[in-house]
Amino acid sequence: MQGHGWKWLLCAPALTVLVLAASGPLLIVVVYSFLSPGNLGGVAWDPTLDAWFRVFFKRDIFEPEVVTWNADHLTVLWRSIWLSLQTTFICALLGFPTAWFIATRPPSSRTLWLFLITIPFWTNLLIRTFAVQEMLRNNGTINTLLLMTGIIDEPLQLIFTDFAVLVGMAYVFLPLMVLPLYAAMDKMDFRLVEAAYDLYASRWKALWHVILPLVRPGFVAGSILVFIPAIGSFVTPRVLGGGRTMMLGNLIALQFGQGRNWPLGAALSMLLLIIVTAALVIYLRALNRMEGPRRG
Amino acid sequence: MAKGFNVRTLPGFGGVAILTFVLLYVPIVILVVFSFNAENSQTVWHGFSLRWYEAALANEQVREVSIRSLWLAAVSAGLATVLATLAALGTTRVGRFPGQTMIYALINQPLMVPEIVTGIALLIFVAWIKIATGYTGMGYMVAAHTAFCIPFAYLSIRARLETMDPALESAAADLYASPVQAFRYITLPLLVPGIVAGFMLGFVVSLDTVVITEFVKSAGQETLPTWMLGQLRRTTTPEMNAIATLFLALSLLIVTVFFLITRTRGR
Amino acid sequence: MKKTLGYAVAALLGSTAFASAQGVLNLYNWGNYTSPEMLAAFTAETGIEVTVTDYDSNDTALARIRQGGHGFDIVVPSDTYVPIFIQEGLVQELDDAIVTDRANILPQFLDVPFDPGREYSVPWQWGTTGVIVNTAVYSGDINTADIVLNTPPELQGRLNVIPEMSDVMAIAIYYHGGERCTTDTAILRQVRDTLMAAKPNWLALDYGTVDAYVAGDFDGGLYWNGAAMRVRLQAEQFAYGYPATGYPIWMDNAMVLADAPNRDNAMRFLNFILQPENAAMISNFARYANGIIGGEEGMDEVMRGAPELVIPENLVAAGRWGQVCPQEVNDIHAAIWTELLQ
Repeated sequence: MQGHGWKWLLCAPALTVLVLAASGPLLIVVVYSFLSPGNLGGVAWDPTLDAWFRVFFKRDIFEPEVVTWNADHLTVLWRSIWLSLQTTFICALLGFPTAWFIATRPPSSRTLWLFLITIPFWTNLLIRTFAVQEMLRNNGTINTLLLMTGIIDEPLQLIFTDFAVLVGMAYVFLPLMVLPLYAAMDKMDFRLVEAAYDLYASRWKALWHVILPLVRPGFVAGSILVFIPAIGSFVTPRVLGGGRTMMLGNLIALQFGQGRNWPLGAALSMLLLIIVTAALVIYLRALNRMEGPRRG
Repeated sequence: MAKGFNVRTLPGFGGVAILTFVLLYVPIVILVVFSFNAENSQTVWHGFSLRWYEAALANEQVREVSIRSLWLAAVSAGLATVLATLAALGTTRVGRFPGQTMIYALINQPLMVPEIVTGIALLIFVAWIKIATGYTGMGYMVAAHTAFCIPFAYLSIRARLETMDPALESAAADLYASPVQAFRYITLPLLVPGIVAGFMLGFVVSLDTVVITEFVKSAGQETLPTWMLGQLRRTTTPEMNAIATLFLALSLLIVTVFFLITRTRGR
Repeated sequence: MKKTLGYAVAALLGSTAFASAQGVLNLYNWGNYTSPEMLAAFTAETGIEVTVTDYDSNDTALARIRQGGHGFDIVVPSDTYVPIFIQEGLVQELDDAIVTDRANILPQFLDVPFDPGREYSVPWQWGTTGVIVNTAVYSGDINTADIVLNTPPELQGRLNVIPEMSDVMAIAIYYHGGERCTTDTAILRQVRDTLMAAKPNWLALDYGTVDAYVAGDFDGGLYWNGAAMRVRLQAEQFAYGYPATGYPIWMDNAMVLADAPNRDNAMRFLNFILQPENAAMISNFARYANGIIGGEEGMDEVMRGAPELVIPENLVAAGRWGQVCPQEVNDIHAAIWTELLQ
């Protein structure tokens, strides 16, 4: 029996690149979160917990003894989590019927439908965000249509709102929900569904008690694939939020720009990583729990 | 089986699905349509014209960033595919071994960590190296993109590798083929669709990456996405639509080839 | 076979040598601020190819340059940031042998507090920061900072404010009667409170919004005069106002970076923009005034007498040049600013 050395050797080149250009630098971020901000940016090698303190709290500029919750940061944090959850929900709501539709097409046309759902995914993110921007602007497609048909008198303020960011994210991440769901449905044994109907289950009962549990791993995978990029989203809130509707990604970038507080930016990045890891753990546990009993 | 009761339909699902497809394509279609608009408007049609395409193709900046993006994508995806193939061969169908979980974690890490965090980490790290070595070439971008593409290529190749029947290689061994020969004449040819799929996935991902590129780039190293990000917040003439449509056509081409390859070989 | 190879190598080496003889120049400038026409003229005259990389704010530029390893030759910060670049050794002195035409600079801009004797910098453009208003929506007095700090109902929720700290802080400080670098905590507190109260009325805090105004995304906001002119030229209903309580005058200046890889090319470029016809080209593009003698002659018709460039008599005194404030004052401004942004 060969040793394991050769496996490591094969993996070595890839791992080297990854450690140097992806994982390794993350350690720098951890270190930076414990340093002091340098003058007008950068860091001073003065260890302090101030950055982490400022993630959650703030001192009044003129009365430093007054310490309050950092409402702005907490708002951004909450908005990021809430918008990402909403995005995941909308993607699931629209994605499930779509995946079902594709999975139930005759095999001859199924590839075409898969093709159609993948194209937007492989289109450049900026192009898709640009397309959404043009639709939502005050002079954009939606407002022009609504004005022309007389449904409204004044353009609706759609862009630069939480709504715009939500629409943008749902639009960008929808294919990521459909594909895993489709993969799960593709493997599903339809005879189980048939059996449910044979036992006089209504369509809704069949859906709720048979189909959904069977494709739940697909749901979990899709949810992870949507939630994690959504919460770290930078471009979409930047373009559609107009600099005021910030999400965590924008808040982090701000610290490296006009915020002039690199350690705070590093600490916020760590926070983001912690949230993402927590979400991942929760999802994976849910996945394991589902797969467990069914093995019986 | 007299009744027309179709197990596979659920009420309203077809409608929602079609609606979703429509919603997905409407913004893109509008984008493409207005790229042919004779006047500078995104909402009012003034007639058909190719002027924006002429402008886009004549725009030196656009040409430069496009070529740079394509070059970067090709090189990064190529490197990533090679590295990922090696890694996949080392970790698939080989039974458990110590350190396996860590390797998986490292390989999948770029997928799990938000781009903004990797971006700023690289910003700091690359700055150190730039000061220490004075090198400001494209090497950093290639390294960053390659790292980002590896997990995508890896997943593709691994998926393909797992569906391969190990009996084939055993047969080759029974016929006195050396491991290298078995690899070259049996494994590799069967693996090609996975490798190509991995390359294409990496190519598209690299073309699409904006956040990491934004933080790592040096002078004169704009890629198409970073250039577009700058432009999006300024001029939004239909020239942007034209550029977007051209790249959409490119993506379309790649996806089509991807589907043709995986369809004819798969099954 | 070997001979052909030899010729090929020689040709290759020769061509690269030729390319580097003419060389390259890497310009790091504000976005949408460099005239392509002027760059083409420069390349035609010298054979030097120019690359332009954008930044949105003085802060971004400073952070990038301090990091090192940027590869740029020229940076164009605003007057309040020029001393920072000089003090930190990020820029180098102008080469008198190449930059010979500094006498072309208008007398009032020749010996400036931020760069006495113009040892390091050459004027790029100068302008004012004021308010822009869609007169079709709001017909009241536009020469007031109330537009952004105490917004009239018609404009609430329809404003964009450029996220440039020195401009926003200046307008707010002058609004409360303070000097630019005042240490009066009472005034600074009011500044903080006014800004925080005003923020809910702002729709966005974004740069590069000429097209957004024209497209109807905003009905007003805080903006630079040249950009406001570009808006008005495409959408006549927009007007530029000078806040009577005080508005900032600023000047952006081109400087050669200390670690510029193409130092001589950079110096040649700076001398190039000291020529009135080239300065005029710069002005025509972004619609701001330049600081060169004779620089108005080459400017477009539409710019002569434009309200964004010609300050009304009664408001001239309200214009204040920026100052570099002491560190403690800067810290307070920065603290207020980051609180506002977040």
